[in-house]
Amino acid sequence: MPDTSPIEVRGLVKRYGDLVAVDQVDLTVEAGDVFGYLGPNGAGKTTSLRMMLGLIRPSAGTVRLFGRDPQLSVKALEGVAGFVEAPSFYPYLSGRENLRLFAALDGGEAAARIEESLATVGLADRAKDRVGGYSHGMRQRLGIAAALLREPRLLMLDEPATGLDPGGMRDMRDLIRQLSASGMTVLLSSHLLAEVEELCNRVAIVRSGRVAYQGSLAELRAQAGESYRLRSPDEERARAVAGAQPGIADVTAEDGGTRFAARDEEAVGALSLALTEAGVPILELARRHATLEDLFFSLTEGDTVVETRRASADGGDPTAPAPVEAA
Amino acid sequence: MNPGVLTIYRWELRKLRAQKRTYLGLGAAAIVPIIFVVALVTQGGQPNDVAFGRYLHDTGLAVPLVLLLFGSVWMFPLITALVAGDIVAAEDRHDTLKTILTRSVERQQVFAGKALATFTYAVLVIAITGAVALVAGILASGFNSIVSLSGTRVSATEGLGLVGLSLFFYLVPILAIASIGLLLSTVFRNSAAAIVGTLMFSLLVQLIGILPGLGALHPYLLSTQFSAWQGFLRSPIDWTPVIRALWVCALYAAPALFVAILVFLRRDVAGD
Repeated sequence: MPDTSPIEVRGLVKRYGDLVAVDQVDLTVEAGDVFGYLGPNGAGKTTSLRMMLGLIRPSAGTVRLFGRDPQLSVKALEGVAGFVEAPSFYPYLSGRENLRLFAALDGGEAAARIEESLATVGLADRAKDRVGGYSHGMRQRLGIAAALLREPRLLMLDEPATGLDPGGMRDMRDLIRQLSASGMTVLLSSHLLAEVEELCNRVAIVRSGRVAYQGSLAELRAQAGESYRLRSPDEERARAVAGAQPGIADVTAEDGGTRFAARDEEAVGALSLALTEAGVPILELARRHATLEDLFFSLTEGDTVVETRRASADGGDPTAPAPVEAA
Repeated sequence: MNPGVLTIYRWELRKLRAQKRTYLGLGAAAIVPIIFVVALVTQGGQPNDVAFGRYLHDTGLAVPLVLLLFGSVWMFPLITALVAGDIVAAEDRHDTLKTILTRSVERQQVFAGKALATFTYAVLVIAITGAVALVAGILASGFNSIVSLSGTRVSATEGLGLVGLSLFFYLVPILAIASIGLLLSTVFRNSAAAIVGTLMFSLLVQLIGILPGLGALHPYLLSTQFSAWQGFLRSPIDWTPVIRALWVCALYAAPALFVAILVFLRRDVAGD
């Protein structure tokens, strides 16, 4: 199937009674992407992944994997593999026996790839042991091995490095990089910005079921925009003046100073004059680039930084909470 | 080529072979007849009020028949439920449903494979009990002719055939119980609840059977079908209970399986 994206999700919704776990999610993952599905725990990442794999029914919306609907048949999962939450196995069977079972359920040549997959994840020498005795890290790796049996073109991994020790995390990331380099498209859900920053070229940032941002990390960084930092011996009065100044918004105290957003540079100039007029000395007034982390938190925790910037750019009321829309 | 029901069935059997509960059930199926025969030999008495009870000391052929009657109260339902109530719920316990349902098999195939494996286990339970009871019984009381329920004497070899037929027909209500176990396993997603539920169902049906005023229901209760095989031990064979058992058991099993499949096909495979 050429010309069809590995993942195309449109208007995906999952409701549990009154709770909306996934709310109108649109996602497009292109071939070759290492796509980060980033959001805090409880943002609905796993629920979305389960819908993408056909494990749960969407309340509304559609999922297409290489153009096929996983709700209709497992045929849509051809060339797709992965796991949601921690990968799970039959504890009373050995690692290799578990893989044999999965390979049997995969059909085709999957069984011939068992040893190779075990070697890729470094489990060859423990494969004869019952999975019941495996550590968390070994299970995660066995989960990847189980996915590799399907020779996937699309790999969907839910928090693959969670719960691993630092060495295990590094190995897992190396493995994902290696798989991606071999041509696999990867969808990686994570609540760790650093992980996504390290591995992914594109991201969707989700917050309480909604996509707050979707695009490349580079664009996101460019969008992060800037804020200003003000330092004065009389912080309280400085903040009062800044708060009353037109074009200045989101005045907040931060360690040893004040942070604010400005509509433009003129507004900052006007503020410096206003401060001088009010007799408030300025020790520092500097532009500050928001880090990706700031942006992540502002997108996922409902901080008003982004909204305010947008609202003031529109000339609207900067204090009014505006919904975060997908970019 | 995509794998089918047969692949799943083979692996379900392999999974059963790797689990203790399977051996617990099969072990009970083998040990109970032995205990029964040992008690028979050492205690000397016999249950006279049960069909074939009075012939226990005359012929080993009576042993499996008496066990079929005793076992229908709770032993066979329990042994059957041990696996039937677990086979779907175990996937919930290990959270492995998501693992197998993201391979290349459809849900209905998974369910069919599980149902077939459950039925295979149930067949094995009855076969083991029957075989062990026959061997132990013949060792203890000899391979002698048996008196049918109509009072005619049946030769040992012919009797053996009738015992085999009875054991085989006993599978009809057992598979109905297995189907109910599968349903509860699918719906409850918890094997303890499904096993106890299946047993409770079986006991409740028996309770209805002894309630006064409900005698009209008696022929249509699942528990009644556990003695339908006695039709084979009349001369000539009484087909009425046999045929009734076939459709009555189907009426219990078919809706149970149907609902179980629907639930299994439609359910969300979510964490907890």
